[in-house]
Amino acid sequence: MIRTDKHLIACFVFAAAATATGLLVENAYYLQVMIFIGINTLLALSLNMLMGYAGQISLGHAAFYGIGAYTTAILSTTYNISPWLALPAAVFTAMAIAYFVGRPTLRLTGYYLAMGTLGFGIIVNIIFREWRSVTGGASGFVGIPPLEIGSFAFDTDRRYFFLVWGVVLFFFIICRRIIDSRVGRALRAIHDGEHAAAAVGVDTAKMKLKIFVLSAAMASLAGFLYAHQIFFISPGTFSFLASIRIVTMVVIGGMASIWGSLLGASLLTLLPEWLHAFADYEMMIYGLVLMLVMIFLPQGLTRGILDIYENSRKKNDK
Amino acid sequence: MQEFLQYFFSGLTNGAIYGIIALGFSMLYRSTDLINFSHGEFVMIGALSMVTLTMTLKIPVIWAFFIVVFGVGLLGMVFERLAIRTVKRPEPIVLIIITVGASIFLRGAGMLVWGKNAQSMPPFTPHPPLDIAGARLLVQSIWILVIAILIAACLHLFYRRTLTGKAMYACAINKQAAWLVGIPSKMMILLAFGLSTGMGAVAGAIIAPVTMPAYDMGAMLGLKGFCAAMLGGLGSLWGSLLGGFLLGVLEAMGVGFVSSGLKDATAFLLLLLVLYFRPQGIISAASVKRF
Repeated sequence: MIRTDKHLIACFVFAAAATATGLLVENAYYLQVMIFIGINTLLALSLNMLMGYAGQISLGHAAFYGIGAYTTAILSTTYNISPWLALPAAVFTAMAIAYFVGRPTLRLTGYYLAMGTLGFGIIVNIIFREWRSVTGGASGFVGIPPLEIGSFAFDTDRRYFFLVWGVVLFFFIICRRIIDSRVGRALRAIHDGEHAAAAVGVDTAKMKLKIFVLSAAMASLAGFLYAHQIFFISPGTFSFLASIRIVTMVVIGGMASIWGSLLGASLLTLLPEWLHAFADYEMMIYGLVLMLVMIFLPQGLTRGILDIYENSRKKNDK
Repeated sequence: MQEFLQYFFSGLTNGAIYGIIALGFSMLYRSTDLINFSHGEFVMIGALSMVTLTMTLKIPVIWAFFIVVFGVGLLGMVFERLAIRTVKRPEPIVLIIITVGASIFLRGAGMLVWGKNAQSMPPFTPHPPLDIAGARLLVQSIWILVIAILIAACLHLFYRRTLTGKAMYACAINKQAAWLVGIPSKMMILLAFGLSTGMGAVAGAIIAPVTMPAYDMGAMLGLKGFCAAMLGGLGSLWGSLLGGFLLGVLEAMGVGFVSSGLKDATAFLLLLLVLYFRPQGIISAASVKRF
């Protein structure tokens, strides 16, 4: 497969670029921002598998992000369990919840699916906020330990940078493998027409559930990475607006595009940082950017910019 | 009993508000097949501009009410013209993000205009609360209930008796067929937006005296209004109103007899139950299409 080779080359280039950045950048603030870009890329990628490839919208994805973060926080802080044991627990919890919620929810389509996932996300967020004895309530959960392997601790931003981007790169490769496989083709068939996919023998319900569970697992891994980076979590990080932000990353970056997830996550992480300068106008500009991109480039920036480039080249050829 | 009645009254009041917001969602959905995620923000603008008009500019309540409703309706039309009609690919996901973007934009604008502090205004009519079997009923609550039912009745008549209303309904059923028989479908969509956001403003204006309105009140109200609309069956007018009342009362009972943390969860638990077991809503017939 030429396509896979191309992707492997792109991954190598990307890995080299990430390594160089990680080694050369000294500024702690930039490193932190780039760690968040990595975590957000993982989130965007997880939702892109579900939304971009399988065509199933979710407005409650921050719930799985939160489940990952809270599970590891509770296990590793309250119960003093090693984070490395908390990790499979966090991922498994998210997968189990995704399985039971996904079964009834994924039968819905369109706006109804959007509202079902939205309702689920908000309920999970209310549980984070109200179950004070376990989650610390609205004021948040403090004192999450850093990650360690033996005597080696991921306690500096540089070390954490490599951990996060290593995980991201791993999932870039995994997701590409899935997309190019039989499962990936089935997913795209579901995207294009569920009945048609069922007619050619795709078990659509099972496929959708599978990708939903995978997506939840990736989001909870992102939550795990987030909790052990920032040592403090609160329900606000996993609210309805956070879910919307993940959707926005996917759509603005470009649906059904792995690199689009990276672009979308980078932009949406950096945009608020840039907008701080505008202080009170921040929210208005953020909303306006969302609307403008969707009105003029509804297929996202990756596709949109490529289209503009191709059009201008055609004009030049004439 | 007295306690129950008290919760029931507060539930009815909130329910009427959810009902009016749900009506806005339903009628827009009925005419355009679209869910406006920024609907709650129009409620917020309605409430805050009502406070400004009556408290700062000292305009009589009745005039202020109409100015607010027409003003916000107009704003809704501008929004349709600028951000909805210009969309190249009107797919649900694109429209969801655009309306979410609009809600963030409007919330930011609200924060700039009115600041972060909650505002307040006195009830429409200065009258002490009524005492019914030991429970207090605010006079403003009666205003809210009456206006909610009036609005639903007017809408009902509008769809059944007027040519414009019928044309709008025809557009919702089949845009192209409506166009073929000479209905200007673009005008109808514009009008539907105006009516829907105007209705949001009604909800905002009448709760301004009972809730301390602030720039961030819209999101939750909008989402709960949507839950109410789903409960009653999206697209059904009386269903939406009833869904609103049902949600309001259940929520009040949940807060009163179970736990106050449950307040916001009630709406979404109901939403999930309805989606899983009766996606056409608990009231309307099974014929409503489920995408």
